[in-house]
Amino acid sequence: MMKHWTLLTLGVVYLATLPLISQDSNSSAKPPVKPRVTVSANRNESPDGNGERKFQQNCSRCHQAPEGFPPRISGTIVRHMRVRASLSAQDERDILRFLNP
Amino acid sequence: MGQTCKTFFCTSSRVITSLALVVGSLAAAHTAIAQDTPLISGGVGFFTITNGGRTTYIPVLAPVLAAPLGPRLLVESRATILDSFSPKRGGQSGYTSNSFLGLSYLQLDYLANPHATVVAGEFLTPFGTYNERLSPIWIGNFVDAPLTFGLGTMGTGSSVGGMLRGSAVSTENVSLDYAAYYSAASTNEQFNAERATGGRVEMYLPQKRFELGASYGRVLQGRHSNFVGMHLWWQPAESPLKFRAEYAHGEHSSGYWMEADYRLSHFGGTESPIGRLEPVFRWQQVFRASPDSTDGLPSADTNRVDFGLDYHLPHEVRINTSYSRQLSSSGNRNVWQTGIVYRFLFPTWKGK
Ligand code: HEC
Repeated sequence: MMKHWTLLTLGVVYLATLPLISQDSNSSAKPPVKPRVTVSANRNESPDGNGERKFQQNCSRCHQAPEGFPPRISGTIVRHMRVRASLSAQDERDILRFLNP
Repeated sequence: MGQTCKTFFCTSSRVITSLALVVGSLAAAHTAIAQDTPLISGGVGFFTITNGGRTTYIPVLAPVLAAPLGPRLLVESRATILDSFSPKRGGQSGYTSNSFLGLSYLQLDYLANPHATVVAGEFLTPFGTYNERLSPIWIGNFVDAPLTFGLGTMGTGSSVGGMLRGSAVSTENVSLDYAAYYSAASTNEQFNAERATGGRVEMYLPQKRFELGASYGRVLQGRHSNFVGMHLWWQPAESPLKFRAEYAHGEHSSGYWMEADYRLSHFGGTESPIGRLEPVFRWQQVFRASPDSTDGLPSADTNRVDFGLDYHLPHEVRINTSYSRQLSSSGNRNVWQTGIVYRFLFPTWKGK
């Protein structure tokens, strides 16, 4: 049993030391995606903040958001993710509008 | 039919027929509006697993198709094509190879209303989180699935029948969602499933990035056994830390896994040489209550610790490496795994 605890402790130490050695950052997490669709200028001015918030709260829950994708598949992606992540229809609309302002 | 046709080519022809159906629907969707072009996505990878000194090499291709049909329907499918090359046993030289070609899911989704989607066809069994969310080769942090994967996923991880799922409530502070399914028994080689039913409910607090869920499954054939599960995910908003854990209990065995990963993005951002590193740690335990050769879990109580280090290269390429130590009364062992995966995503054809 001793051995198990040693391994578990090692693992916890392995992860726990990482945040400690990395400098404390006060910059907020950047949206991980840069869709080729919509680049930051329009996105920041988007009147609808809900889409951005929902994107950030949902789209990197399960995986890294893609580096970019063509606008003509954005509807397909968001519909696919609505089903996979059980998002509401309103979430789907808001996120799509954020991706294609 | 499933029994008489077991060759690779025979399987391939069935998969090709199924894919032809999907491509047919893609063509039908060609008239779709500008953002709804069907897409092809997925991962292609090469993995090695060294277990007790024997190394197996596994090239894998796992393409995904998603094709909207009109405003309320979506056809989605994922195939897995892999070969595994392992050293021959009994002191012989050379390798034996095994091919596998199968559909993980092929389903039609009908977005019935803002809160409910009706799914028909072959779909991933909704139990816990690993099967639906982390099994794609470009998503999971480790090359292999957790030891408890077999609990609640009904043998193959896929079900054939119907499912109702959706978001019951979605506000700024909380989302509640659900999935409930029924699967028929299917011995068809491509659409292999057990007669079963079950479902999952979960609560997500978007501001805290905290999720808690419970799953249930019941096999309706043979001994009619039950499975229950719980999961907890937490990914603090301002931090690159992710914590995921799952517990599952079946009649003959139970167990849990906990996984934490931490992308070193504090070192110059996610695209700096160090910021591309992601150490991962997974701790697993399995408790064997009684023998069951079919649940896919170890035959004795087992503890396992996995130390992983992933590296995110540019252009959607990721390298995975891990070392695991497995401790059990049936023998201790070391497992080394490596992998390189490219994630692809493109429209099926040029849009307007
Ligand atoms: C509940 C987990 C989950 C959430 C939340 C989620 N995804 Fe996904 N996503 C997946 C899985 C799993 C796949 C891979 C599908 C497969 O291989 O079966 C995927 C695939 C994708 C793909 C590849 C193309 C495709 O449609 O398969 C893109 C792009 C994507 N997700 C973007 C998003 C965006 C944008 C959001 C936010 C709206 C999002 N994801 C939220 C789980 C999730």
